[in-house]
Amino acid sequence: MSEKKYIDIEFSQLDSERMRLFMGPQHPSTHGVLQLEVELDGEIVTDLIPHIGYLHRCFEKHAENMTYPQIIPYIDRLDYISSMNNELPYVMGLEKMLDIQVSEKVEYIRVIFSELNRIANHQIAIATFGLDSGAFTPFLYYFRDREMILTIFEKASGGRLLYNYFWVGGLAADVHPTFKEDITEAIRIIRDTNAEILNLLLKNKIFIDRTANVGILPADIAISYGVTGPILRASGIPLDLRKAEPYSIYERFDFDIPVGNGEVGTVGDCWDRNIVRFREMEESCKIIEQALKTFPSQGDVRENVPKRIRLPKGEIYCKAENPKGELGFYIISDGKDKPERVKVRAPSFVNLSALPEMSRGYMFADLVMILGSVDIVLGEVDR
Amino acid sequence: MKPNEIFKELKVHFGEEITELVENPSSDTYISVKPEKIDEICRFLRDNDAFKFDFLTLLSGLDLKEKLGIVYHLYSMELKHRLVLKTEVPKDSPNLPSLVRVWRTADWHEREAFDMFGINFQGHHNLIRILCPYDWEGYPLRKDYKEPEEYHGNRVPY
Repeated sequence: MSEKKYIDIEFSQLDSERMRLFMGPQHPSTHGVLQLEVELDGEIVTDLIPHIGYLHRCFEKHAENMTYPQIIPYIDRLDYISSMNNELPYVMGLEKMLDIQVSEKVEYIRVIFSELNRIANHQIAIATFGLDSGAFTPFLYYFRDREMILTIFEKASGGRLLYNYFWVGGLAADVHPTFKEDITEAIRIIRDTNAEILNLLLKNKIFIDRTANVGILPADIAISYGVTGPILRASGIPLDLRKAEPYSIYERFDFDIPVGNGEVGTVGDCWDRNIVRFREMEESCKIIEQALKTFPSQGDVRENVPKRIRLPKGEIYCKAENPKGELGFYIISDGKDKPERVKVRAPSFVNLSALPEMSRGYMFADLVMILGSVDIVLGEVDR
Repeated sequence: MKPNEIFKELKVHFGEEITELVENPSSDTYISVKPEKIDEICRFLRDNDAFKFDFLTLLSGLDLKEKLGIVYHLYSMELKHRLVLKTEVPKDSPNLPSLVRVWRTADWHEREAFDMFGINFQGHHNLIRILCPYDWEGYPLRKDYKEPEEYHGNRVPY
């Protein structure tokens, strides 16, 4: 029998070279075509440079050559998993410039569908984040539930992902007869699943170990970087445009703004960003329930849709709270039927610019978690 | 605080740099300023306790035929008010100071304005293209932009 050998390793003597690693654009955890140029010291991220633009199609140039209603389908394709929310600020801005009042029923349907789409977006955000951290089951549960929301949208608009449903002055079509029952049933199932996911994923010891105290973004740096949405709220700042500058009919509903408070780690870490999204889903359910109670079922949703849209000379910045942050359109009109300029304030683009600040000093494996917690959609980053 | 009050206050501190207050019933009110000292004006708006504009919402470039325009949308988290600043630079020398040291979010916004309009933000630490490929030629959102026939041997389909 041979003698057992021990190998002595002096860990401080191990080589830890600085190296430059390219992650993406085809890497599965970059959630699309994003390239991250990572500078590593051993396993520690010392610097990070995002290279974007792989999905760039110059939406703003296209918009200058199209009439105002023709732009709406393109806006669907910016952030393609929350299309209803995208259309809302654009049509609200045009209605303000044209001085069109939309009916009560239209406002109610817009709010209900925006909130349903917010739930669908957060379901994807938490599901794919769980997938990044190695939890496969929540992904299946959430995608099963999201299907019900997509079916409701399909019955109303005909599209499952890209709707072209909110029109200037109204909606493309009225809702289907079983609209109320469908949504009530969907909310019941969403709440059941959420109760399960809370224990399965968010309160899971392994999940907390991977996400608590990782990717901390302090509030002052978040503001300097212009970060909005759940990421800003996770850093402890309760800014939500639905409350701060209420639009549509949001001031009629009673809901809270969840903020991160560092329950398991530090304020503004990856876990906080996910729990904020998770709690926002419940707030959206509350808004939808209240809206369904007072929903006016009479009325024509297309009575105020103008035949031809010709904006007066002027400019407007219209914004709304998207699931990812403040989505704004800066529209300049010179009196023709096509816009002079449409500039998009894309929340994902701005939030992604804070990624190097969030990930410096963490391990390379944590980078995947930090990127997942930002919840970007490359269609909106690259436009 | 209303834009006309901010305009009066700015006029006291910067005088000739602040050109005019443009009010139009169907659109947003904005303050027009000269480009040379835009960084000092913005730093003043950020640090003064009466304004506290700590949030740069949007920075957009514009093509105004003879000139290029830059529009800043500001917001204050604490006081919940908004302000629009507009400035113009000539097309043959589109230079103005960068705001990266005032708000860090200006970094990517200014790179986008450089990419799309060729506006040169002086003092920016890394003014390179962001959405187009790094070796792309021309500034796509200018009104007189001509699409190239081909790029690296591939035909450009538009």
